[in-house]
Amino acid sequence: MNERLFVITDKPISVEEVIQKVMRPEAGAVATFIGTVREWTKGKRTLFLQYEAYVSMAEKMLAQIGAEIREKWPEAKVAIIHRIGRLDIGEAAVVIAISSPHRNDAYEANRYAIERIKQIVPIWKKEHWEDGTEWVGNQLETKSYPAGKPEEEDLR
Amino acid sequence: MITLLFFAHLQEAVGEERVFLPHFPKTVKELKEEVKQRYHISLKQVMVAVNEEYARDEQTLQPGDIVAFIPPVSGG
Repeated sequence: MNERLFVITDKPISVEEVIQKVMRPEAGAVATFIGTVREWTKGKRTLFLQYEAYVSMAEKMLAQIGAEIREKWPEAKVAIIHRIGRLDIGEAAVVIAISSPHRNDAYEANRYAIERIKQIVPIWKKEHWEDGTEWVGNQLETKSYPAGKPEEEDLR
Repeated sequence: MITLLFFAHLQEAVGEERVFLPHFPKTVKELKEEVKQRYHISLKQVMVAVNEEYARDEQTLQPGDIVAFIPPVSGG
């Protein structure tokens, strides 16, 4: 079995394979999140997306998120795969699978993982709209880095 | 020598993915100033990672460091 739990890939993601990485006898729940490429954003049409990553660091940051999750939800097991390159509408950009003995931990840890990805993992999305292209900034739109860097809290 | 890496729109603005700097400024802050002037780019909201770890302005640089300029991320 492929035990690489935190991976950046330029190939299509198999959801089943990601789930298999976290399956184990202790698991009573597996929560899976699939981030997909959306065609319509506020009335604007996307033709396709291009993702780019600082691959070596991105995999390290995904592993860091895994470590944070183990600290908060010690019984959870996590696998995260993020795709880069050209993605068409409906394709999976990210798949997060989390198994735990009970469902609540799996749901909570999964939500935590996607929020952290959007804060600290060096991956960028370029929108190819009908009428042009644009690198998407901070998707959270709740956070800016006035000091030019994430605060201590963002990095933990 | 240190290596600079640029991503996303910064890579397009600089026109290079990777730049080798023969000298190296003392701190991340000084390097940022130099990069801003040399390439006429804004580094507002841009994070810096040294050897794949997010770094603060006061961090000092060593020969051989790989410094990445990381615009706001948008994975997921």
